[in-house]
Amino acid sequence: MSLIDHIANLGRNAIALVAGFGRAGLMLWGAIARVPNLAKGTPLLIRQLYVVGVQSMVIILVSGLFIGMVLALQGYNILVGFGTEDSLGPMVALSLLRELGPVVTALLFAGRAGSALTAEIGLMKSTEQLSSLEMMAVDPLRQIIAPRFWAGVISLPLLALMFTAVGIYGGHLVGVEWKGIDSGSFWSILQSSVEWRQDIVNCLIKSTVFAVVVTWIALYRGYQVIPNPEGISKATTQTVVQSSLAVLALDFLLTAMMFGS
Amino acid sequence: MVTRKIEILVGLFLLSGLAAFLVLVFNVANVDVKTGQSQYTLYAKFSNIGGLKVRSPVKVGGVVVGRVKAITLDEQSLLPVVEMTIDTQYNQFPETSSLSILTSGLLGEQFLGLTPGFYDEDIAMLVDGDRIDDTHSALVLEDLIGQFLYSVKSKDD
Repeated sequence: MSLIDHIANLGRNAIALVAGFGRAGLMLWGAIARVPNLAKGTPLLIRQLYVVGVQSMVIILVSGLFIGMVLALQGYNILVGFGTEDSLGPMVALSLLRELGPVVTALLFAGRAGSALTAEIGLMKSTEQLSSLEMMAVDPLRQIIAPRFWAGVISLPLLALMFTAVGIYGGHLVGVEWKGIDSGSFWSILQSSVEWRQDIVNCLIKSTVFAVVVTWIALYRGYQVIPNPEGISKATTQTVVQSSLAVLALDFLLTAMMFGS
Repeated sequence: MVTRKIEILVGLFLLSGLAAFLVLVFNVANVDVKTGQSQYTLYAKFSNIGGLKVRSPVKVGGVVVGRVKAITLDEQSLLPVVEMTIDTQYNQFPETSSLSILTSGLLGEQFLGLTPGFYDEDIAMLVDGDRIDDTHSALVLEDLIGQFLYSVKSKDD
């Protein structure tokens, strides 16, 4: 009997998982697969770009600067042992462009903006604001979900680019100003090893994929919240955990596809 | 309602994203924008190109005058053929110029060193599609060590 129970449990979980993916897909489809109403949508989008993008800028820029500086300092200590400290530039730039820029930005974004989105929508749902919108013949998917989704998808790649650029200057600060690497060789070796298609386009692709995933998870967790305080706190935690795991797993997949062969 | 302050901040946000993108493209990846600056193509055959790569610089006395565009293998002689593009502003190289594959530093990247040759009335300038015949291949470390060991051994005998 208990074996049957376990099997039934497994089946229930699997059905819930698939149903969850289906509901998340339907939510996103309902939100973005419409002809956008630019006159009404643009102010909403700007408002969300402010909340999601502008307010995340400080943490992204500060983290980028420090991560670039730490990378340069650790890299310098290793490279100087081989007498190749001139290669510090490509080391910092490539690790930021290929991995750290998109990934760390997405993780910070999930913590800073994703959790806020979940809590906001979860509270709207709990206080039945979403249902009231529907009663007033306003589609909550278009009014609430769509602008937040697009704001996330636009903001995260931009934030990743800022993170990377600031990180490279942080690396320059430590490598050139503090450790005394020649500025000319830092930039010239860096420039000859960074490629537009291989590195910058892939950085943008990665961060766009992460942006879709993180924003989607955050919105879905808020939309599906169990309407009580405990439910909101659980949903917020789930947003951060699930989007961080999704980002790290997807990062491996994307890296294997981009740089694997 | 969206206030003016928020609109300005969002505008600044988008602009700084664009600025970061431009910094990465032009300062970090150093993408060459074709500013109508024309280039001409030269060919050279080597016996061994070592670690030369596409986009490696072509230098004259340390000044970058062009880049390697393609590396192929000649079907008849089975020797590597390097195709390089040179900026038209540097079009005063005589046909007697020679090319060698050099390394920047002990373990650095490899580049093409173009040494301008002598010039007199019989000798034309290199133009688009010309081939440089006087080439010196890359020094391959393993070959050098092999030669060195061989010479040491023959001295012992």
